Amino acid sequence: MESCNCVEPQWPADELLMKYQYLSDFFIALAYFSIPLELIYFVKKSAVFPYRWVLVQFGAFIVLCGATHLINLWTFAIHSRTVAYVMTIAKVLTAAVSCITALMLVHIIPDLLSVKTRELFLKNKAAELDREMGLIRTQEETGRHCALWMPTRSGLELQLSYTLRQQQNPVGYTVPIHLPVINRVFSSNRALKISPNSPVARIRPLAGKYIPGEVVAVRVPLLHLSNFQINDWPELSTKRYALMVLMLPSDSARQWHVHELELVEVVADQVAVALSHAAILEESMRARDLLMEQNVALDLARREAETAIRARNDFLAVMNHEMRTPMHAIIALSSLLQETELTPEQRLMVETIMKSSNLLATLINDVLDLSRLEDGSFQLNIATFNLHAVFREVLNLIKPVASVKKLLITLNLAPDLPEYAVGDEKRLMQVILNVVGNAVKFSKEGGISITAFVAKAEYLREARPPEFIPVPSDNHFYLRVQVRDSGSGINPQDIPKLFTKFAHNQSLATRNSGGSGLGLAICKRFVTLMDGHIWIESEGIGKGCTATFIVGLGIPEKLNESKFPVLPRGSSNHVLANFSGLKVLVMDDNGVGRAATKGLLLHLGCDVTTVSSGDELLHAVSQEHKVVLMDICTPGIDSYEVAVQIHRLYSQHHERPLLVAITGSTDKVTKENCMRVGMDGVIQKPVSLDKMRNVLSELLECGHQMSSLARV
Amino acid sequence: MPRFHGQSNHAPVDIVNQLQKQYVDYLSSLFHEGVLDDQFTQLQKLQDESNPDFTVEVATLFFVDSDKLINNMAAALERSPVDFKQVDADVHQLKGSSSSIGAMRVKNLCITFRSFCETQSYEGCLICLQQVKNECAVLKDKLQNLFRMEQQIVGAGGSVPLMD
Repeated sequence: MESCNCVEPQWPADELLMKYQYLSDFFIALAYFSIPLELIYFVKKSAVFPYRWVLVQFGAFIVLCGATHLINLWTFAIHSRTVAYVMTIAKVLTAAVSCITALMLVHIIPDLLSVKTRELFLKNKAAELDREMGLIRTQEETGRHCALWMPTRSGLELQLSYTLRQQQNPVGYTVPIHLPVINRVFSSNRALKISPNSPVARIRPLAGKYIPGEVVAVRVPLLHLSNFQINDWPELSTKRYALMVLMLPSDSARQWHVHELELVEVVADQVAVALSHAAILEESMRARDLLMEQNVALDLARREAETAIRARNDFLAVMNHEMRTPMHAIIALSSLLQETELTPEQRLMVETIMKSSNLLATLINDVLDLSRLEDGSFQLNIATFNLHAVFREVLNLIKPVASVKKLLITLNLAPDLPEYAVGDEKRLMQVILNVVGNAVKFSKEGGISITAFVAKAEYLREARPPEFIPVPSDNHFYLRVQVRDSGSGINPQDIPKLFTKFAHNQSLATRNSGGSGLGLAICKRFVTLMDGHIWIESEGIGKGCTATFIVGLGIPEKLNESKFPVLPRGSSNHVLANFSGLKVLVMDDNGVGRAATKGLLLHLGCDVTTVSSGDELLHAVSQEHKVVLMDICTPGIDSYEVAVQIHRLYSQHHERPLLVAITGSTDKVTKENCMRVGMDGVIQKPVSLDKMRNVLSELLECGHQMSSLARV
Repeated sequence: MPRFHGQSNHAPVDIVNQLQKQYVDYLSSLFHEGVLDDQFTQLQKLQDESNPDFTVEVATLFFVDSDKLINNMAAALERSPVDFKQVDADVHQLKGSSSSIGAMRVKNLCITFRSFCETQSYEGCLICLQQVKNECAVLKDKLQNLFRMEQQIVGAGGSVPLMD
């Protein structure tokens, strides 16, 4: 044996047993080393771990144990003394650490165990609290309550209108209003505690275990719109109140405190405002619905009225025509009859027939006019006309009647009255004629004086009635006509009725004169349409009367239509007197008319050629002819077509002869047609020498520009 | 007031004056009765040295024309069916002629006549036609008188007075 200083194993080496021990030791060591690693790993992962020292100790203990077993591996075989020493040290250390750990654990383990119990305890407690909360809540719900009682329409009962939870109580539950407790609450503006047993508080049937909490009631004034002043708080001037009831939860020890009562009062006021707002809103919604319905109804009525008016107009138009035709036959034949030989009796009869039929014709015209006037579909025919001529014509028309009655008619036209004016000539004449006619009708003797002048501003201010103040301007003036008669006069009381249609003045004078009563009404309408006013003054029966009217008329410009370019006229008096050598072509299919026109032109010195048809005209016309006069009344010859042809032949203006139409019609349509085909002028029959002279001189001065000469 | 134009001559002034006064009265009566109107005066104004018989010429033309038209109308009214359009056209012509010459009554009758044509009233047309015929005859007669007087005046050396 060598002296190797080695240590021999305790017992003899048994191969199998040793092998097993060897392996086990190895695995133990492995496990012992890995456990602390795992511990460290997981502890690092976890957020909180209060026992670090314990962990270190434990870790050390395990590591050392592992080391011991590891070193043990070497002791199965022969090993050196060093190994033995290491082994020993390791074992010693392990022993030490294990003992310390064991001692430490004694303190720690109870702690650990107690944490667990505390946790369990807390969990239990939390569950218990939850349960309790649930209970309390249900208690609260069943116990606390708020209700609003509104007075019914009759005012004798209070009806449960609003509650916190609708489905619990049948709404419509009522209590009589004159309970003492309710009166007590209504008579004070404070919140009062009331007994929970009073009918207003007992909303639910009490479940046995609940002791009702305290109840407070406060009155809520129902405000009307008028209660709201802008600056003040609404005054409690109304007698109607609602009742707001607040109940504390049952089983609650809470009491109503003073500040809480004040709060309740404030809330009650707010509730009052809210209620009135709701009422107002409801009211306005209802009003709006009503208005919409009314609108629809009005619309329908309007449409029906329009349909009715249209139907009436159609009817009137048809009836008008139907009525006028036989009327015309009667008038025409009676006038023819008058021309024949008749016995005096027969003549009288025929005259009566004529008068009656004239009256009837006038009535028909009046009715149609008035109905058109009334529904506003009437329009004036505005044109330029000779104002002086209108008065002269009225005078001519009325002179025969006046002279029969031996009345003296005087006409005074103011010197500054313009000769031409723009307006509706026919209707103006109708008005003047009506007024003058009335004057003549109601006068048995004496005279009628007609004065016409331009109304100045001073006159206008004095004019009665004072609310009518027309303002003349640059392009129109106001014509004032006054008709004074010395006839039977009118009772001042009857004056307002004069202009009412169909109202008859039952004085002696009217019984013989007849008349539909429409005349003055129509005059008034016309005058109003002409932007004027008409009135009658009389001092009484037998003192005559004065009829005055003012109408607005336009002032014609130099040229009658503004559409046409304003022609510079050197002097309006400068008229060519001699057209010697002027070549004129005249077309007229009527032999006599041709001769007359030719004579006229010859007298003026023209060189006249005449043709009797459109074709002849087109053949005869040449550049030498300066003027072509065409009679466009001839049926069968389309003079307009001829004019168009001439235009085509002479495309350049300065070569084309001037085209003038001679027509017997006065309506606008003819004039428009002439303009349309390019006529340079229009003359109206009957043609006088002066007229022809004026027309020709104007045309020749102004060249190829259309001047409207219809009324020259 | 009547105006005078033309040359004066050597016959005794009284006779000329008397003739002229007669003429003026006659012409005035024609205007007054409505046989003639202003248009006739216009025609008279056109008469001058270059055209001394203008009025007579035009009047003659008128009577020839109107006779023809009246005959046409009578013939048309005798046919059946009556062609009212044709009659209307003729009346229109007559109306034009009469208004050109200043025959007021004839013109008015034509207006009435036309309305009967429009309503196609046979009796009315017949009546009117008769009236027109009569009236034209009257007019012819009176104008012939008038022209005769004019010739007398001119023959006596005076000048025909013009109405205003």
